[in-house]
Amino acid sequence: MNIDVPFALVGYIEPWWMVIIKSVVFAMIGLQLVPVVLMMERKILGRFQNRYGPNRVGLYGAMTPIADIIKLLSKEPFRPKTAIGWLFELAPILSITAAFGALALIPYGPVVDIFGTATGLYGIDVSIGPLYIFAFGAISFYSVMLGGWASGSKYSFLGSMRAAAQLISYEVPQGMALIGVVITAQTMSLTGIVEAQQGMWYIVPQFFGFIVFMVASFAETNRPPFDLMEADAELTGGYNTEFGGSKFTLYFFAEYLNMIVVSGLATALFLGGWLLPFGIDPPHWVAPFVVIFKMLAFVTFFIWIRATLPRLRYDQLMSLGWKVLLPLATLNALITAIIVVAI
Amino acid sequence: MAWDPEKDVIEIVRGPQKAGGAGGLYRAFGETLRGLKTTFGQLRMGVDTIQYPEQKIPVYPRFRGRHMLHRFEDSGLEKCVGCSLCAAACPSDCIRVVAAENTPEHRVSAGERYAAVYEINLSRCIFCGYCEIACPFDAITMGHEYELSDANRSDLIFTKEMLMAEPIERTPLRAEGE
Repeated sequence: MNIDVPFALVGYIEPWWMVIIKSVVFAMIGLQLVPVVLMMERKILGRFQNRYGPNRVGLYGAMTPIADIIKLLSKEPFRPKTAIGWLFELAPILSITAAFGALALIPYGPVVDIFGTATGLYGIDVSIGPLYIFAFGAISFYSVMLGGWASGSKYSFLGSMRAAAQLISYEVPQGMALIGVVITAQTMSLTGIVEAQQGMWYIVPQFFGFIVFMVASFAETNRPPFDLMEADAELTGGYNTEFGGSKFTLYFFAEYLNMIVVSGLATALFLGGWLLPFGIDPPHWVAPFVVIFKMLAFVTFFIWIRATLPRLRYDQLMSLGWKVLLPLATLNALITAIIVVAI
Repeated sequence: MAWDPEKDVIEIVRGPQKAGGAGGLYRAFGETLRGLKTTFGQLRMGVDTIQYPEQKIPVYPRFRGRHMLHRFEDSGLEKCVGCSLCAAACPSDCIRVVAAENTPEHRVSAGERYAAVYEINLSRCIFCGYCEIACPFDAITMGHEYELSDANRSDLIFTKEMLMAEPIERTPLRAEGE
């Protein structure tokens, strides 16, 4: 088996037992990253605001996420009288499922040899990479919509209506921004794209694509400054107003998982995945750590932006998405295509 | 110098009002970078939090905290003579004084009478300090204690023994010029 070629291109799938082990391991990595990101967000945001952040539970507050989750899970499940029962139960589950589904695609490393089996350090490598992630992004957007609608409360409904408009408008520039990368790499497999960045990470030739992708990602993961759908000042929490306890935990986890997925995607597409600059070629076992480090660096940038920018007004959000990001992304794709064809 | 109205004109430098186009995009990008720089500057400025139960903000010397009753340092007699002027001065009526006569066998205070009962209901006290001003013998003063919460209302009625006692935990006093 020639393991230099990305598996997606040759249609090779590992033996079934390896697939099961891999899916468990990568799901666990995702789950372990959520508290890390949660804690990073609180601590770093605190430092940006000249305070410590939580530091009471555990060493330097390290146990705060655990305390949070125990608190949330031990709460009484409740449901408004007007809620649509089964949809109200289903929506948070849909949300976390979609987040985990997208997580499967994040490549943590190249194909390595484990127990004599050629194994890729990723959940699955599909030949339609970004499309798969957008598909799951669309499902998670259904969960927001259904959650807000099934709550039977006006704040939830307003939040989900905002979410609908925001997510649809920002999925378009996000997709367009990736076209430039796909054209340059000439493959849609995420591992293939990472391998194609040998020599130069795509953040350099695809700088505008990166900017557009990043801004659209902030909106897709409903992070500040685009957190209109849960604008607490206006909507008392938005689509998840009526969700409490474990249902809210699912939404909460899904939001942070989405953040991790987007960071992983940006790492793979623009920041060179597990590749290191200046021709450093470490052994294969370093690769996942490099990827996780880059992901956390990207998450730190998310937090930095959150500390900096105020929330956009609704019409500003729409005009930014359609009038600025979409033309920019289209232009970027067009120019990339012309250059790739010309060379 | 005469007032020159021209000098009071405040000029606010504003950028072009109409955003949009490539220039607006460039400016928005630049302003975002400037904002990022500002928040990063906050990161370097360190932390201003006071970790309260461990660290306390020092109080000023004239801070009006919980009341204290005093004794003469040499004779050990109580300064309070049970005149009830503090109770008369108290706007929220939280001080209760019951006076008793001193006898040669049982001498508590330096004066003719002493306070047999001296209670301050701290759940009513507004910490105005009038009692301190009214006292002719400086027997009652406002101390520096401010951690006065309790689980029970009746625990907030401080008796004479409690007011006489040294505070368990001394509140840090602000140094000169701090």
